[in-house]
Amino acid sequence: MQVENKEWKPKIVAFCCNWCSYAGADLAGSSRLSYPAEVKIIRIPCSCRLNPTFILKAFQRGADGVILCGCHPGDCHYTSGNYFARRRMTTLFSMLNYLGIEKGRTRVEWVSAAEGARFSQVMNDFVKSITELGENRKLEDLRCKE
Amino acid sequence: MKKIGVFVCWCGTNIAATVDVKAVVDAIKREPNVVFCEDYQYMCSEIGQNKIINAIKDCKLDGVVMCTCSPRMHEATFRKAAEKAGLNPYLVEVANIREQCSWIHKDIKEATEKAIVLARTAIAKVLLNAPLYAGETPVIKRALVIGGGIAGIQSALDIADAGFEVDIVEKKPSIGGKMSQLDKTFPTLDCSACILTPKMVDVSASDKINIFAYSEVEEVKGFVGNFHAKIRKKARYVDTTKCTGCKACMEKCPSRKTPNEFNQGLNNRTAIYIPFAQAVPNVATIDPEACLKLKTDKCGLCSKICSAGAIDYEQKDEIVEREYGAIVVATGYNVINLDHFNELGYSDCKDVITSLEFERLTNAAGPTAGHLVCPSDGREPKTIVFVQCVGSRGLRPCDKPYCSKICCMYTAKHAMLLREKHPETDVYVFYIDVRTPGKNYDEFYRRAVEQYGVHYIKGQVGKVVEKDGHLEVQASDLLTNEQLHINADLVVLAAAIQPDDTARKIGTMLTASMDTNDFFTEAHAKLRPVESPTAGIFLSGVCQGPKDIPETVAQAGAAAVKVIGLLSKDKLKGNPCVAIPNENMCNGCSLCATVCPYGAITYVDKEFRVMGKTVVRRVSQVNEAICQGCGACTVACMSGAMDLKGFDNKSIMAEVEAICK
Repeated sequence: MQVENKEWKPKIVAFCCNWCSYAGADLAGSSRLSYPAEVKIIRIPCSCRLNPTFILKAFQRGADGVILCGCHPGDCHYTSGNYFARRRMTTLFSMLNYLGIEKGRTRVEWVSAAEGARFSQVMNDFVKSITELGENRKLEDLRCKE
Repeated sequence: MKKIGVFVCWCGTNIAATVDVKAVVDAIKREPNVVFCEDYQYMCSEIGQNKIINAIKDCKLDGVVMCTCSPRMHEATFRKAAEKAGLNPYLVEVANIREQCSWIHKDIKEATEKAIVLARTAIAKVLLNAPLYAGETPVIKRALVIGGGIAGIQSALDIADAGFEVDIVEKKPSIGGKMSQLDKTFPTLDCSACILTPKMVDVSASDKINIFAYSEVEEVKGFVGNFHAKIRKKARYVDTTKCTGCKACMEKCPSRKTPNEFNQGLNNRTAIYIPFAQAVPNVATIDPEACLKLKTDKCGLCSKICSAGAIDYEQKDEIVEREYGAIVVATGYNVINLDHFNELGYSDCKDVITSLEFERLTNAAGPTAGHLVCPSDGREPKTIVFVQCVGSRGLRPCDKPYCSKICCMYTAKHAMLLREKHPETDVYVFYIDVRTPGKNYDEFYRRAVEQYGVHYIKGQVGKVVEKDGHLEVQASDLLTNEQLHINADLVVLAAAIQPDDTARKIGTMLTASMDTNDFFTEAHAKLRPVESPTAGIFLSGVCQGPKDIPETVAQAGAAAVKVIGLLSKDKLKGNPCVAIPNENMCNGCSLCATVCPYGAITYVDKEFRVMGKTVVRRVSQVNEAICQGCGACTVACMSGAMDLKGFDNKSIMAEVEAICK
């Protein structure tokens, strides 16, 4: 068997709310502000749509980091969704930490539709910290691996 | 097996330069379920769209994935094309390989790999997508305009002109707003009242427009096309149908010590008052805080003097309930509170005034009949200093971070008018920058400097102190780097403007989003500037951001056009991406209803057949016309009964799996 000497690249799932952060990501794109290709974005209507099980699923399937981006507090398109998200994620992250998932692997960031530069900066920063943390083994379901 | 078609767009070189489009097509072709995969230069073009239509028809596709630009750009385009071909538009998914791939990655291999993963993710989602059908709701053909300033007036007139009924709700006794307080308008220097009052008269003469002055919107429920509002008509203690506006009561009223709001508190008014001569409606209002009869029951002079018998001390607030199809927010602005600007001496020195106060002091209908005097002792000012950007463009907590936009121009106007009327006065303007974008604006400003000899000094005023009956203005000239001490008689502060105090309350009531400065946010900063992200709510005037009169009128007209477009429809198609409860799993705990920001979730008792018996259970029910599809309830639901159409649990899970593969 040939062992490939491949550089390890993290798998990162970014959940972005449709109104602010997804638009912020688009703005980062149209401003050509690069961030690593490891970040893959899933569009959700609002940060409050993020069910904690989605994050658990991501870790189960071998994600190395999960980030949730929503509108800034007070700016939610649905008036209060990001407050729900903030509370839910605080609880979930402390549970994940208890289960041994390092704090740095999960993050919530507020990025408005006008903050393309901030989106790119947040993603660069997140990928950097995940790369430093290395591969995630906790919660990964090895049965899912081919 | 579902048959999926995938289309990869080059977007000229926007995508094709960094993503190897052919390699993406080759990889995606091998994916299960993909029966058709093609690339093309511009998928959004007519030819591109025809390719989609033909493929859907020829291959009998069950779903389409577009690997193109952002769904925010062309999702609607592709969905329309799919609909033309007979495919449910919600079976189209977009993989964003431009904004989120080709434009941000430079390495072709890396970008191509990512594009393939994004395409696979979209395929995973579209495989689980179900066709969605938008419901239809009727449209109530009446509009509500909140705020009766120039923005509200213009919107109401334009909507009424198209034949729809409009209600204007104004919290003050008369419509007219800030524009009615102004003296002249820049850059043409025509008299503000002369151009505004005819419009106010048009409003009151229109049989389509109903004015609820001295009223406030108390509650708004419902959704686009079907709003239900409660309006509180505050008690005026005057029968508006009888009052003729003769002002006899105002002459006799003994309570004369209330600061006159219309004149910015520069003089006093009576307890029973008509705010200004051209008020619409031109009827008196009794201020219950000042009226002796209402406070102590010892007066009643006005009721004796009123020949029309209009005075009614027993009048109570009245709640009017009305239905509307659309709402225009035109709540306008206020000048910020200057109490925190001690260094400029606004609260301590009477001769330090705001520009709006200056406006009243120079207005022929103002407290001094247009004769400019120092408010402290009534002498004529010889040296006048204007200070720009007071509270605007600042970083301190009491400052506003934004530019108030109108100050540079009105200060130029004030300075120019001053020098014209009183050529012997010295006029100084301290500025950070002079911002004069707008037709004929810069020419106007240059006239103030070159023709009228106004001293413009780039620099900030550090302090204003009272000294020997004068105001000493301590400032620095940034261009000559000199410290200046100017003895002024009058200091005029161009105070920042901020949204009206009621804006936040109204925004919450309408579930319309606002920014951190309490300005209403538009649905799209460039392409939908007069619509709120909340359907059926439109924005007019300064409530959306600082602007001058021409811009306000333009925006008010634009908002009116949007309202007319909405009201001219008989039925509206809703957003089908709404929450849907699984009644078999719902335990009626009502957690979903608690988190719903729209009150879209209610509870019903329903009969279920369980093991041959009939059981009644309380289950949740979503009003699809009210639900906006945020998904807060889906996560709150502990039994997992609530799901969101279009973004359901299963498909998001599938997306996660596809990314982590």
